[in-house]
Amino acid sequence: MVAKLTNAQIAWRAAQDLPDGAYVNLGIGFPEMIATFKPKGRTVTYHTENGILDFGEAPPAGEEDWDLINAGKKAVTLNPGAAFFHHADSFAMVRGGHLDVAVLGAYEVAQTGDLANWSTGPGSVPAVGGAMDLVHGAKQVWVVTDHVTKKGEPKLLEKCRLPLTGVGCVTTVYTSLAVIDIVDRRFVVREKLPSMSLEDLQAVTGARLAVGAAVGDLIVPEL
Amino acid sequence: MLSLPSAGSGMNKICPSIEDALAGIEDGMSVMIGGFGGAGAPIELIHALVDRYKATGSPGRLTVINNNAGNGAVGIAAMIYAGMVAKMVCSFPRSSDPKAFTDAYLAGKIELELVPQGTLAERIRAGGAGIPAFYTPTSFGTEVAEGKPVAEFDGRSYVQERWLKADVAIIKAELADAKGNLTFRKAARNFSPLMAMAAATTIVQASRVVEPGGIDPEHVVTPGIFVDRVVEVPNPAQEEALLREGAK
Repeated sequence: MVAKLTNAQIAWRAAQDLPDGAYVNLGIGFPEMIATFKPKGRTVTYHTENGILDFGEAPPAGEEDWDLINAGKKAVTLNPGAAFFHHADSFAMVRGGHLDVAVLGAYEVAQTGDLANWSTGPGSVPAVGGAMDLVHGAKQVWVVTDHVTKKGEPKLLEKCRLPLTGVGCVTTVYTSLAVIDIVDRRFVVREKLPSMSLEDLQAVTGARLAVGAAVGDLIVPEL
Repeated sequence: MLSLPSAGSGMNKICPSIEDALAGIEDGMSVMIGGFGGAGAPIELIHALVDRYKATGSPGRLTVINNNAGNGAVGIAAMIYAGMVAKMVCSFPRSSDPKAFTDAYLAGKIELELVPQGTLAERIRAGGAGIPAFYTPTSFGTEVAEGKPVAEFDGRSYVQERWLKADVAIIKAELADAKGNLTFRKAARNFSPLMAMAAATTIVQASRVVEPGGIDPEHVVTPGIFVDRVVEVPNPAQEEALLREGAK
């Protein structure tokens, strides 16, 4: 097995695709790391479900204001020009097509763009939060994820097995091995680690991979 | 749905005490509680209800509507530990310490209606706006949509969701006046303006009560028509801060 990207490196790669001037929602946890790697010179306005546009970095320890938090309940700060709003307006921004990019984590992604990321099935306490809303409405829906599960099984599949978060919603998957766009219900490889062949990548993917005009090298810095 | 009497006479909605503000909340009622995590949680109102329940056994069998289902042992978690909550309607019953809800849920002592967060917000807004149902793309094709009507509009499929109302809303505001006009503090606003619209009786704890006119009409977030009772609670507790101080 070839080396794979760390979560930080996956986040870095996704961050390189943030459009200048975009309104972006980063999901709780792993996707939040993307903000750290936003390329200099690009302006991105972050939205959080609980009613803030244009929040900034975490405050220094001891200076938190717990009425100023993001959807992950972490303390944040405000950038000049920030705005507060209530939850119905917040989700009007989400479903109304006003966000440019939403980034989420995944248990499974299907070649049709179906996403499963909220429930591992019976036996646990179900919790969906804003994920089912976020996958509808944003112009692009990105997933950041390891290419395979902890057991080494594919997370990119023909059809999801776990309960769905949304149908036909994912546009791009940034994995630990590749960047894969979903086009016409197919996985189309945009970039892969140069150290692995397409056959290697196919072997750890649960659906057929298509190749676009050319497959680029997925090259990221040491982080 | 029971509408509780307003507080004072005429347009004076200010109550002299928390107990007066909470009068009339009975067993089996549905209660919307403002807040997202700790931000906006009306801790003093919640704990006055918990204290009343512990002293008198009422109000119990409540349906509580909130984004979450409690954290640690304060706020909604304290209501669950006290045994006064029969059902939670929420989007995310997890937190840094979800033991109160998790134990009760896994023991079958509390019912859960899981609602996607944006659908929860819009259902409450619709309840307050007189819209009995609406269509949303959220949850289409998922198990959350099972049993709900689906319709196609302009080539895309949508799920029908119904309005959500409550007997009572208890929320936290920053400023309030005797007419019930409210402002909120930072991201503590979240669901509270919607809940104020959707409940038969809306009870507000405000950090500061000002004279009418003390809130610039341009800055009013929730107009007083949505508010029934206001009680001043200066320097209110903040749930997240309490948890971090190790409150039990």
